[in-house]
Amino acid sequence: MTSDVTVSTDVVDAHPTAPAVATTGVPQAPVPSGRSRATERVIGILAVVGTVATVWLGLWVTPPDKVQGDLVRLVYIHPGVAWVALYLAFGLATVSSILYLWPRTRSMFWDRLAAASVEVGVVFNVCTLVSGSIWGKPTWGVWWAWDARLTLTAVLLVLYLGYLALRRVPAEPEVRARRSAFLAIFAAVDIPLVHFSVNWWNTLHQGATVLNANLSPQIHGSMGWTLLLGMVALTLVFVWMLLVRYRIGVFQDWLDGNELDLALAERRSEGTAPGDAAPTPQVGVA
Amino acid sequence: MWRDAVLVAGKDLRIEGRSRVGLSQVAPFGIVALALFAFALGPDRQIMAKGAPGLFWVAVLFCTVLAVQRSVSVESADGARDGLRLSGIDPAGLFLGKAVAVAAQLVVLEALLAAGVVLLYGARVEVLWLIVVSCALGTVGLAVTGTLYGALSSGLRVRETLLPFLLLPIVAPVLLAGTRIWQAAMAGGTPSDGTQWLRLLVVFDAVYLAVGVVLFGPIQETA
Repeated sequence: MTSDVTVSTDVVDAHPTAPAVATTGVPQAPVPSGRSRATERVIGILAVVGTVATVWLGLWVTPPDKVQGDLVRLVYIHPGVAWVALYLAFGLATVSSILYLWPRTRSMFWDRLAAASVEVGVVFNVCTLVSGSIWGKPTWGVWWAWDARLTLTAVLLVLYLGYLALRRVPAEPEVRARRSAFLAIFAAVDIPLVHFSVNWWNTLHQGATVLNANLSPQIHGSMGWTLLLGMVALTLVFVWMLLVRYRIGVFQDWLDGNELDLALAERRSEGTAPGDAAPTPQVGVA
Repeated sequence: MWRDAVLVAGKDLRIEGRSRVGLSQVAPFGIVALALFAFALGPDRQIMAKGAPGLFWVAVLFCTVLAVQRSVSVESADGARDGLRLSGIDPAGLFLGKAVAVAAQLVVLEALLAAGVVLLYGARVEVLWLIVVSCALGTVGLAVTGTLYGALSSGLRVRETLLPFLLLPIVAPVLLAGTRIWQAAMAGGTPSDGTQWLRLLVVFDAVYLAVGVVLFGPIQETA
């Protein structure tokens, strides 16, 4: 986790959030430094290579399971996306939110990181539920069971969709950042409580979880390695998506702050265009 | 802190006493919800009695959303929130006061809904103390989380639609615990089932009370 944080710090240093106004009066968009773009590209390439290798090993090289047959191949994807969504993404979002609220470490960097991390985490969370459903239908006979672990995953999805909904409400960046950080902390506080309550509520399927069965020591050598590779590949995918989403966040904030100036500059340039003698009417500009 | 809490709670309850919004709108809504559940589950009283604990708590959750909306909207008009902040009231006291006022209204609603469940669904209560204690603990949890989320969403124009979406998943443990305790307390259950859920409710209340007392001030500055 430390590595992607440092990488992202590099990105934020490359984009000053204060609008850089050039001599022409037109606000200049923040340009990411060559180094941060290169980092992003390298991680992206590694993620693609890792994913392709996982798919190849998972679909062609590894043997089918004795009991589950080809269904077992889902084990190379499902635990990986679950790990990224439930631990990495939401964990990072919680830590970033706390660091944002802590006065000494307050910076928009943490807010953007939390937002990017939740958004990517929600995508992985949906992937977890979908891949789990696809696996559940043939093995358990149902698309969905009200198992403790499934329920907790679904509740997490709803909690973090709420976080994204709150972020969509128009507000000053600082206000939005604080509000979202508080919400992320409330949600994180709730997770252990939901965890215990759904565990007591329904633990019927917990012992028979496919996940546990496959992580037992009887796992075939090549299957174990593919599973591990899948985890690493998906983590790289997460980091890459996080970096890209973070960069988009920087642009978005810059655009929100400069939209009017940009529109004005564009309007003025129309007025001074060659061959356009008539002065541009000022009505309707604002 | 405590004196401020009493003042704020007294103010909110006085407003309620004069406007009667809770009594004339929220309470009838709760009864309507009970009737709708009955329509949805059919006229079989056995099924209704079996579902009564869950239906009671779902109705309480819906009423909580309304009570919290009301508690927030009282402050949003005429710059009342700014006035409260200017008055130098301790934020923790303000938080506790608002929560106490919401809790007091919820207790009345719960008594009404419990009577409704017993009369309309034919639910039979075996262990009364479990019912009372679970309602008390659940009310505290709902009022505290509701006040926190109400404050968080107080400045938003989309509060009416956003608050239920944010609040209801958070209070899922209260619904699960309340329902299980009621099932244990109804005919056929064993009281020992209820005690671990009571512990969960106590932890839930303690956690969000602590979070609220510490963070309510900073949240107020946000809105």
